[in-house]
Amino acid sequence: MCINETMRMNDRKFIASASQTIGPYYGFALTTNPALGVLAHPGARGEPIQLVVRVLDGDGKAVSDSMLELWQADAGGKYRHPEDTEEREPDPALEGFGRLGTNAEGEAVFTTIKPGRVAGPGGALQSPHINVIVFARGILLHLYTRIYFAGDPANEGDPILALVPEERRPTLIAHPDRKQSGVWRFDIHLCGEHETAFFDL
Amino acid sequence: MQPYNSLIPGTQPERRHDAYRSTVLRNPRRPLIQIPQTLSEITGPLFGHNPIGEMDNDLTCHFAEEPQGQRIHLSGRVLDEDGRPVRNTLVEIWQANAAGRYHHPVDRHPAPLDPNFIGAGRAMTDDQGDYRFTTIRPGAYPWRNHDNAWRPAHIHFSLFGPSLLTRLITQMYFPGDPLFDFDPIFQSIPDEQARRRLISRFDLETTEPERALGFKFDIVLRGRHATPFEDVHQ
Ligand SMILES: [Fe+3]
Repeated sequence: MCINETMRMNDRKFIASASQTIGPYYGFALTTNPALGVLAHPGARGEPIQLVVRVLDGDGKAVSDSMLELWQADAGGKYRHPEDTEEREPDPALEGFGRLGTNAEGEAVFTTIKPGRVAGPGGALQSPHINVIVFARGILLHLYTRIYFAGDPANEGDPILALVPEERRPTLIAHPDRKQSGVWRFDIHLCGEHETAFFDL
Repeated sequence: MQPYNSLIPGTQPERRHDAYRSTVLRNPRRPLIQIPQTLSEITGPLFGHNPIGEMDNDLTCHFAEEPQGQRIHLSGRVLDEDGRPVRNTLVEIWQANAAGRYHHPVDRHPAPLDPNFIGAGRAMTDDQGDYRFTTIRPGAYPWRNHDNAWRPAHIHFSLFGPSLLTRLITQMYFPGDPLFDFDPIFQSIPDEQARRRLISRFDLETTEPERALGFKFDIVLRGRHATPFEDVHQ
């Protein structure tokens, strides 16, 4: 922690409440609406994709009781949020937010579009990515990661991927399914040999 | 761009807390990777205009009969770290019934289900950041983490706030619970004050005569640096 950070700690009137695990019994409250698996409605601009996200534990076993939240920009790289100050309305057919529980195979399937490029540090554009939050029994403080897309030439110059050690970058890349076109797969390894890169934000 | 504050060490749970067994295989062993906050993180889903049903914040009125248990009015304020109200943000809660049983197929605790209680509710904070629910006090329930393990009575809370970085899922506890000392989930937070802030307090003012006890629970979401700070991590 740098000195500036310590000074700012003393500035705070209050301290953020502690996180606790979502536990195994959230389903009847948080994931009753399957429509939250659809981020892009028919007519949304951009390349339509089905994104199959799978969550695995340190033994490689499917995590069947996790909850995934996705947040993304539209095909033009615009977030539906007042702090995205680009003077353009976001695509009305794109929700931008998705939330699903994982099934017995540890999977959740989202219907969306490949997002566009959004501004990064210093104004450089980031490569297309979807932001992910992982919650589960056993996770006391939710985990942040990102999904990038294999083969996108912009991945090379992405300022966030550049901060991830090279050997771990592949853990942030979704790949197209070999058999079904339009289907992309992304595995989240919570720990172990193939541990996904998670972010300290 | 005005970045969000870092979380203060010790005030958040340890990710790997061996006493809570499920943490061992479900959390990264490698250090998290520091990245700057970008547009992707300081934006996030906003629910200010989503319709909330009029009865969504009363968990006791969805059936012809009243649920079992002690009725409570549970209210509080959602603030940021500067003490400003967090307005129009979605608050979702879920809980066990009075006997300590969840309305969930995975819950095998042989305590009775209550046909008049589901245990899920939603509310939006108002212009002062205030929310309120009416529900029943949940029971403690056993779990298999260790020998004779029981969770202190709690209500799960989920909040969004204005950005991806303010996202919070937590649990609210009740004052004086004898199970606090034995609960590895509660004890996973090293800082005692931070643990205490997850305990609601009894409130006579919101207690309704002959109907419901009042409890207050304030929630603080991550705040922002007072002054804009370009690329703070670099
Ligand atoms: Fe619980």
